[in-house]
Amino acid sequence: MRRLGTALILGAAVALIALLGSGCAGPAARVRPWERAALADDVMNPDGDPLGTALSEHVYFSRTAASGGRGVGGSGCGCN
Amino acid sequence: MVTPKRMAPGILAAAAVALAVLAAPAVAQLAPGKPFPALAAAGLVGQVPEVDGKVLVVDFWASWCAPCKSSFPVYSRLERDFAGRGLVVVGVGVDETPEAFATFVARLKPGFVTLHDSRHALVARVQVPTMPTSYVVDRTGKVRFVHAGFHGEDTERELRREIQALLAEGGNPP
Repeated sequence: MRRLGTALILGAAVALIALLGSGCAGPAARVRPWERAALADDVMNPDGDPLGTALSEHVYFSRTAASGGRGVGGSGCGCN
Repeated sequence: MVTPKRMAPGILAAAAVALAVLAAPAVAQLAPGKPFPALAAAGLVGQVPEVDGKVLVVDFWASWCAPCKSSFPVYSRLERDFAGRGLVVVGVGVDETPEAFATFVARLKPGFVTLHDSRHALVARVQVPTMPTSYVVDRTGKVRFVHAGFHGEDTERELRREIQALLAEGGNPP
């Protein structure tokens, strides 16, 4: 019985630490719809510069001889 | 020495408080049927128009929001078509800087009143679900319809139908 009580206490303590330490548990961690100016910035778009991305991908897979470059399934046959 | 048994009440109380805080509902979004907060008392920057007894459309927008840009011509048309019958359209910008707000307004030249909620007081009170969101308010100051997001012609069609219905409800014509 005593062990069960200790286990419960430790469990509650661990749960408390996990909840408070997660950083994303509370409402304060949410970005409100009207606070998304920085998130909506072009610089946050991973494909904000399609031409630049295509050029750098071409250079990448040409130099590494990896067909398809990054993100596309390929065998690395060197056909490029 | 502090034993686990002595610590138990404190730990359990702290855990209960943490769970209560996490379970507490966030500030509720403004829903149809509720009164819209008074614009004149909301701390907005700009000349607040007279809205008593009028049908009011309040649109929350931001310069970084692409659909907001698309919505401006629509709200300008609504103001032009229905202002004579008692409609007031107010665009509330939530940009963080006055420069971003002013540049956007200068570029788009809206045909309706624009006010700046620079401290996010009104938008936080209303708890808009997304950007943009517009509220259609009847002549008694009660929210009747909420449009989350802007969906081009569909939104314009719905707004026109709702505005015409609210204008027909009478009240105190201008």
